[in-house]
Amino acid sequence: MASHDHNHDIDAVSGTATTGHVWDDIRELNTPLPRWWLWTFYLTILWSIGYWIVYPAWPLIANHTRGVFGYSSRAEVAVELQQLESVRDRQAAALRTASVDDIRNDPTLLRMATARGRAAFGDNCAGCHNQGGSGVGVFPNLTDDEWIWGGKLADIQTTIRHGIRWEQDANSRAGQMLAFGRTGVLKPAEIETVVEYVRSIAKLDVANGADLAAGTKLYADNCASCHGEKAKGNPELGAPDLTDAIWLYGSSRAAMVESIANGRAGVMPAWGSRLDEVTIKSLTVYVHSLGGGQK
Amino acid sequence: MSDISQTPAPKRSIWSRHKIFETNSIIMILGVLVVISIGGLVEIAPLFYLKSTIEKVDGMRPYTPLELAGRAIYVREGCYNCHSQMIRPLRDEVERYGPYSLAAESMYDKPFQWGSKRTGPDLARVGGKYSDDWHLQHLNTPRQIVPQSIMPGYPFLAKTDLEYGDIGTAMKVQSFTGIPYSAAMMESAIDDLRAQTDPDHPKAADFAKRYPKANVRDFDGNPQRITEADALIAYLQVLGTLVDFKTYDNKANLR
Amino acid sequence: MATGAIRNMTGGEQFGALALALFGIFCLIIAGLTESGPYAFHMVVFALASTWAFRALIVRRYHGQGPEPDFIDGKPNYNFGPVKFSTVAAMFWGIAGFLVGLVIALQLAFPVLNLDMPWTNFGRLRPLHTSAVIFAFGGNVLLATSFYVVQRTCHARLAGDIAPWFVVLGYNLFIVIAGTGYLLGITQGKEYAEPEWYADLFLTVVWVVYLLVFLATIWKRKEPHIYVANWFYLGFIVTIAVLHLGNNATIPVSITSPKSYIVWSGVQDAMFQWWYGHNAVGFFLTAGFLAIMYYFIPKRAERPVYSYRLSIIHFWALIFLYIWAGPHHLHYTALPDWAQTLGMTFSIMLWMPSWGGMINGLMTLSGAWDKLRTDPVLRMMVVSVAFYGMSTFEGPLMSIKAVNSLSHYTDWTIGHVHSGALGWVGYVSFGAIYCLVPWLWKKERLYSNRLVEWHFWISTIGIVLYISAMWVSGIMQGLMWRAYTSLGYLEYSFIETVAAMHPYYVIRALGGGLFLAGALIMVFNLIMTVRAAPDVKATQPAPAPGLQPAE
Ligand code: HEC
Ligand code: HEC
Ligand code: HEC
Ligand code: HEM
Ligand code: HEM
Ligand SMILES: [Ca+2]
Ligand SMILES: [Ca+2]
Ligand SMILES: [Cu+2]
Repeated sequence: MASHDHNHDIDAVSGTATTGHVWDDIRELNTPLPRWWLWTFYLTILWSIGYWIVYPAWPLIANHTRGVFGYSSRAEVAVELQQLESVRDRQAAALRTASVDDIRNDPTLLRMATARGRAAFGDNCAGCHNQGGSGVGVFPNLTDDEWIWGGKLADIQTTIRHGIRWEQDANSRAGQMLAFGRTGVLKPAEIETVVEYVRSIAKLDVANGADLAAGTKLYADNCASCHGEKAKGNPELGAPDLTDAIWLYGSSRAAMVESIANGRAGVMPAWGSRLDEVTIKSLTVYVHSLGGGQK
Repeated sequence: MSDISQTPAPKRSIWSRHKIFETNSIIMILGVLVVISIGGLVEIAPLFYLKSTIEKVDGMRPYTPLELAGRAIYVREGCYNCHSQMIRPLRDEVERYGPYSLAAESMYDKPFQWGSKRTGPDLARVGGKYSDDWHLQHLNTPRQIVPQSIMPGYPFLAKTDLEYGDIGTAMKVQSFTGIPYSAAMMESAIDDLRAQTDPDHPKAADFAKRYPKANVRDFDGNPQRITEADALIAYLQVLGTLVDFKTYDNKANLR
Repeated sequence: MATGAIRNMTGGEQFGALALALFGIFCLIIAGLTESGPYAFHMVVFALASTWAFRALIVRRYHGQGPEPDFIDGKPNYNFGPVKFSTVAAMFWGIAGFLVGLVIALQLAFPVLNLDMPWTNFGRLRPLHTSAVIFAFGGNVLLATSFYVVQRTCHARLAGDIAPWFVVLGYNLFIVIAGTGYLLGITQGKEYAEPEWYADLFLTVVWVVYLLVFLATIWKRKEPHIYVANWFYLGFIVTIAVLHLGNNATIPVSITSPKSYIVWSGVQDAMFQWWYGHNAVGFFLTAGFLAIMYYFIPKRAERPVYSYRLSIIHFWALIFLYIWAGPHHLHYTALPDWAQTLGMTFSIMLWMPSWGGMINGLMTLSGAWDKLRTDPVLRMMVVSVAFYGMSTFEGPLMSIKAVNSLSHYTDWTIGHVHSGALGWVGYVSFGAIYCLVPWLWKKERLYSNRLVEWHFWISTIGIVLYISAMWVSGIMQGLMWRAYTSLGYLEYSFIETVAAMHPYYVIRALGGGLFLAGALIMVFNLIMTVRAAPDVKATQPAPAPGLQPAE
């Protein structure tokens, strides 16, 4: 096996000495450490020592070193957020104190609020109401001028701040579609009858031989209190308009039967506890501006 | 056989001292062990004894049995591969997701789920952000609710009954390692789990007393069954909701 | 291998057989008791494996096979069986792991491919991918090369009779348990340490035996000095054992439950996890593969290692500094600032020790650069060292807090991972296997060097597509998350950033596909090498990096 007397063995190609060891024909050169390598290494060490002096770094017995300026990433972000607010305030300080109506009437404030609302909408509301507020399925479209809970600025603000049927918020929008079937108020046949009536006023296809007269009576007795005599809905109770072409739960007979038999209670979280007041106002104005806002 | 140290070299170089490691595998191993222990000890041990590591907060409590079971499903499905639960103290994150996460908020997490990749959004404060029904639909068919989503669907969760026979034992194991479950909590684990899915459960009041701020309701829209979706949604709905930020003293907890 | 009369079992065999029998019965009992289907399945797998091994021990005895001599005719009687096994296993798991990587890459581009089933969704397949490539592919490469290199450089037969087989078979059984576990939903939920407590325990036993076999072989060496490759292998084996024990300190819910809870929680668990996770990179994917580099590059280039002194410094500096760098995975998290500072500064200091390895690898080529033109295998290994240099520059860069605040959580990390994983780990492994297969199967050469060229170029294009797509998408993602409009509000919602990633995810999948295609060419080439390449002629002296015992 490898036996070499001295490390005077010189590698012919590089002219460098080897260490004299051989393993499975592999030898090692005794090349000195590359200078640039060593110096760069020292440099990184020096830099690190400097960094330790400036920033919190070494744990001790009861505490840790804090660095010469007492840096903290948490303190830093607090400052940054404050700066951000002051930048915004410089452009629209009045957003803090203005009412939603004031904002609506002041173009500068409106522009700021819409920008802020748009940003907040993308990460908080679009999950349900879709990008741009166009809605999906049971999550209503906010760009049309049909409003379940009212389309005035104040209505929208209340909806956003307190949510809809949100348990944790005592002032949340309440009122729900009763379960007429499950509670036995209406028999299955009666439900089918009233469905045909609703379809007739909603200009959907109606089954042949449907007893619309009976349906009218059933509707007046059970439904009109919420949805209104003309079925135009009631924003106080969140009862939707049944004559428009918008159906949160679908316009199929099965969906309508389900709505009436087992009731409905769509839920929206309250944002008053998650978002600050300026953002809520901004969202209100933004949603209002999406298309269907009412005076 | 020879080596450089035996060489009558002009200067006995410092390099020859390495011979001791090179010629003795046990010394080499000991050397390795010493060298790799230092960094680990200095960085890890203080986290257990420095008081500043975990902030003083109000409101933290251990997970309810249902939330704990939901957490196990979160881990099982590998949600952490796409979702972080760690809002960093950076301006945009605080604006997007809410107050930055505190160490205290995950102090009962075994294992922690801070994540390392955000293919989906951070979930540290997703509790209370959506309705149960939204979560259910989103887990079933994400793209039906969020058209651009690339999240997988998990329709099987709402169809699978939750197995919770050993949830009490699981809590006991956690309590061995420092999670403050009381004896009552561990004993009534199964009742508590059921009570959380059913506001009319006879033990619902006891449950609510043991676990302040717990959501009590049927989470998956099917009161007849306790499914994996019930548990997972209960877990998602509690994320980030426990610490009371009104009483939290930011200044006292810089570190 | 001498076949002779039935012989008595050795003490080791008797002990092994007894242990296997007891273990098998124990597993069957657990399988009967548990309520978890997947866990029962695993226990049955364990029982079947021990039955098979039990039988193999008996059969061996009937055939009169047994411990072999250390030397035959004065030449070391190398034990290459386990090396061959691990080499084949590495290629098998490599293909599997790359394929799963491709699948998850496609799932991110086209989410319908999740199929909405439990065992096909991204969340379960991603850990399958990472474990398959790191622990199954990489692990088998490390086993194969370490068992080969330690024998050759110590001029001694692998220590132990059945122990080496226990290591390679046991390790691969662990892989099967871990991988099927993920699919069935058994996981600890800690990245790169997903296997549950019972798999961890089993791995611990296998790993201890691995260390003992390796050490005992070193003890048999003739050359008093231990070769630098073996320092790195030792460092890797010992440290991985420590890391594994620290990060998997769990208590099972019960012996009949697959689930366990980790002893640490929250921030301490996070620190433990990334102490482990970062050093899985440092010791598994770096120290282990540097060991490969230290043997295969000088061997293939037929040049001495560039600098012994650099070996010493960069070895100790590397393992000392690596351990500290874990917190760079936790920048700006709830981990205290002081620990983040340490993580960052030590990562910066790690830069030069890492490059020490690169320098030693690349400069070993001096005097033999011309071989790069003619030998695609050597070229692959050299490119791998270049990728190593690149990712160990990128790593310290990403450890700087300001940079990490952008890169963390984004695809930039994924790009960094894969420049290290595909470029460094992948290529140095391919190079080593291209060397090993002809040596092990006593072939004069590979079946086709042209196919190696094809492999090289196809997968290089694949890597470039992969990592450049991830750099672009990662930096874009990071910038979009923090983008503010001129009015001072967030510009993009999260979902807009998801949508913006789509084209890059498609390109990444394409790159991954090419990388996989290259690996399939390699498999074909290797199979044909074993089947059709000319044998080394016994009479003539073997070709240079050949099979002849050293001197
Ligand atoms: C969990 C899903 C969800 C989220 C998130 C959500 N909403 Fe809603 N939203 C709903 C549902 C469901 C309704 C309809 C409830 C009903 O059936 O009456 C609704 C209704 C509304 C309405 C009333 C529409 C009308 O016709 O009267 C407004 C306004 C509204 N949402 C605005 C917002 C804003 C602004 C946000 C974000 C801050 C938001 N929503 C977030 C689910 C959600
Ligand atoms: C107590 C008030 C109340 C009464 C009485 C009531 N509804 Fe409703 N209805 C509601 C509310 C509130 C909603 C909206 C629920 C939601 O948004 O989730 C609703 C929703 C509906 C819907 C679904 C609308 C859609 O967009 O999909 C239909 C259909 C409906 N009601 C029909 C009826 C009929 C028919 C009756 C009588 C048999 C009736 N309602 C009685 C309050 C009522
Ligand atoms: C392939 C990656 C991926 C996996 C795996 C994944 N998600 Fe998601 N998730 C996303 C993406 C992308 C979004 C953003 C789009 C959306 O809302 O669907 C998201 C959004 C969410 C949201 C809404 C967050 C918010 O604030 O808008 C929740 C809650 C959620 N996921 C929960 C889960 C749970 C629970 C699991 C595991 C069972 C899971 N996700 C697995 C990618 C994933
Ligand atoms: C065909 C080749 C490959 C493809 C297509 C591929 C694809 C992927 C994908 C899509 C991910 C998930 C990224 C995300 O979550 O956004 C991933 C993660 C990962 N892959 Fe690969 N991969 C390949 C090869 C490899 C190899 C060879 C290795 C290692 C030796 C590797 C190691 C990893 C690791 C460690 C992660 C996790 C990264 C992290 O958590 O930050 N991959 N891969
Ligand atoms: C000096 C050397 C290196 C340093 C300082 C370093 C640093 C880093 C940093 C800062 C991250 C990102 C952490 C985050 O933001 O989440 C990271 C991730 C990663 N690096 Fe490196 N890196 C180095 C070398 C390597 C090498 C050679 C590989 C080989 C494959 C590698 C594999 C990984 C993996 C797999 C991850 C992803 C971990 C995860 O999040 O799952 N690194 N590295
Ligand atoms: Ca239920
Ligand atoms: Ca584990
Ligand atoms: Cu790292």
